[in-house]
Amino acid sequence: MSASLAEHAPRTFSDTETPMVELRGVSRRFAKKLDLAAKLARKLGADVKEEVVHAVDKVDLRVRKGEVVGLVGESGCGKSTLGRIVAGILPQSDGEVFWKGQEVGTLTGEAARQSKLQRQMIFQDPYASLNPRMRVADIVGEAPLVHGLTRRSEFDTYVDDQMRRAGLDPAFKRRYPHQFSGGQRQRIGIARALAVQPEFIVCDEAVAALDVSIQAQILNLFMRLRRELDLTYLFISHDLSVVEHLSDRVVIMYLGRVVEEAPTETIFRRANHPYTRSLLDSVPRIENRKRAFTVVKGEIPSPLNPPTGCHFHPRCPLAFDRCKAEAPALREVAPGHRSACHLNDAA
Amino acid sequence: MTETPTLEVRNLRTHFFTRAGVVKAVDDVSFTVPRGKVLGLVGESGSGKSVTGFSVMGLVDPPGRIVDGQILFKGQDLAKLSDEEMRKLRGNRIAMIFQDPMMTLNPVLRVDTQMIETVLAHEKVPEAEARARARDALGMVGIPSPEERLKSYPHQFSGGMRQRVAIAIALLHRPDLIVADEPTTALDVTIQGQILAEVQKLAATTGTSLIWITHDLSVVAGLADDIAVMYAGKIVEQGDVGEVLDHPLHPYTHGLIGSVPSRNRRGEPLRQIPGMTPSLLSLKPGCAFRARCPRAQEDCAEMPELHAWMPGRLARCHHPHLEPREEAA
Repeated sequence: MSASLAEHAPRTFSDTETPMVELRGVSRRFAKKLDLAAKLARKLGADVKEEVVHAVDKVDLRVRKGEVVGLVGESGCGKSTLGRIVAGILPQSDGEVFWKGQEVGTLTGEAARQSKLQRQMIFQDPYASLNPRMRVADIVGEAPLVHGLTRRSEFDTYVDDQMRRAGLDPAFKRRYPHQFSGGQRQRIGIARALAVQPEFIVCDEAVAALDVSIQAQILNLFMRLRRELDLTYLFISHDLSVVEHLSDRVVIMYLGRVVEEAPTETIFRRANHPYTRSLLDSVPRIENRKRAFTVVKGEIPSPLNPPTGCHFHPRCPLAFDRCKAEAPALREVAPGHRSACHLNDAA
Repeated sequence: MTETPTLEVRNLRTHFFTRAGVVKAVDDVSFTVPRGKVLGLVGESGSGKSVTGFSVMGLVDPPGRIVDGQILFKGQDLAKLSDEEMRKLRGNRIAMIFQDPMMTLNPVLRVDTQMIETVLAHEKVPEAEARARARDALGMVGIPSPEERLKSYPHQFSGGMRQRVAIAIALLHRPDLIVADEPTTALDVTIQGQILAEVQKLAATTGTSLIWITHDLSVVAGLADDIAVMYAGKIVEQGDVGEVLDHPLHPYTHGLIGSVPSRNRRGEPLRQIPGMTPSLLSLKPGCAFRARCPRAQEDCAEMPELHAWMPGRLARCHHPHLEPREEAA
């Protein structure tokens, strides 16, 4: 774990010690600004506070080169916020983000630009994330043109190649996004992200909006591209079966915190955290026929006002006194397997 | 054996007469839902599964119209009823749950107002009794402290709780049939698990029949008794849930089950169905799945009948998977 975090990480395959992306103690808070009336009330002595959501709370995360890390959690757990921080499109409130061993905040000029360009994102809603007034050729080709990856004279061939790689017929490049089906739109999003030749892709629920048969096509495309282009993925999803299929390692989040992380097999065979286990039990599986659905009690608490101690304690079947008072630290329970639960101390 | 089923749909055709042409959203669909049973109606977007549900509820709006077929609800043909007669049944004997509970709930009315209104719309009872019924219904779907929650507005509930309220409203008159259109699709898995457990309990205890419309095979696997798979407006396969999921006959069902990630070995390419669902506007004659089907042959240019290949196992295919099957997993 204590692999030396060198200042530089030269891009060689042997250098597996420095993770491609690393987060250390990253937090992100969103505060709702007080309106005029509330400000006045506070001036007059009323007890009015800004509402603050801790969307991401002191998260450590490492993604090694070539790895697919699945990030799983329910709504409001902060997985999308974390994904955006990793992709570099949302600044963190606290903590440090390292790109190939270098703290992103210290990068300047060309290095900063490259670090951002090499981290791209694919979004859930392929319609909302594509400009409806732009033709596909421009959606895909604009960024590479701006960043000098292609020239006007080669623009057409470049776009054709990108589209073909994502499984789109270049004959359609004069069309607008609304002329495509959901699956094809997602392919446009993929072509756009890959057009700037990134090394690292954050997929935020990238197949959640698609039909099963189309979802399979897109997942296969992701896997093919990973092989062909040697990509590294952070794959954010609420769908455990998709994550199980695709990921090398899984990170489980609950209300802004990482509660467990382990290699995929371990998570699905020997999950340690009670939340992970309840999550796995809740997932309907095609193999399970006419059975009683197991139930986790209670609702997901509001991130505005999370429970004290371990965030999961009000819903946890194994909670005891300490869970209410003290937040458990994420600790190694087996090599490569970390979990944040007080029960591990008792054992 | 001869008990009248709660619902029997025969040769239902619901078409939409648009400017671009006639869309045969539901084209010759037949199925039966016995009392207390759950039918899973499965299909991808545009397969006609939701329009089938809306047709049963009499909620198809122009340019759509039921052009043919019978919808026998306890022997009575709903397709022939007047709007007024249908309104007396809807919300009373048959109810619907939508994907988005806000389609059921009025955002500017308190939950008690809406629920009491629903009770009084079909029964003359004192308001206090209607309120008690509303409270019991909320309790039944697992909403804590129902008495206080009655006074809340819909926006004060979380998504899962809102869906419970919508289900409670559907249950107010102890309907014989509930049509549920993707009611858990938008919910988180732990919340979905809770709702499915409640629904399962209710179907078992009240004898209510359910049509559960979904694209999610794994939900149907755990919940339904029977399954009907729709593709391009037609049922392509029908039968007992376990039978269909373990030994699908139709190549489409086969492909659909094969593309579920948990059915594939980890990391290997998923068995995908090539191509995409055809537009209902430009359907060619013959089997609609032909262009994507690995087993298609010349005779598929002719539309196959929904044929009982085995007792209780219907499939609309000329070349179904009848060979002794290898492990499906």
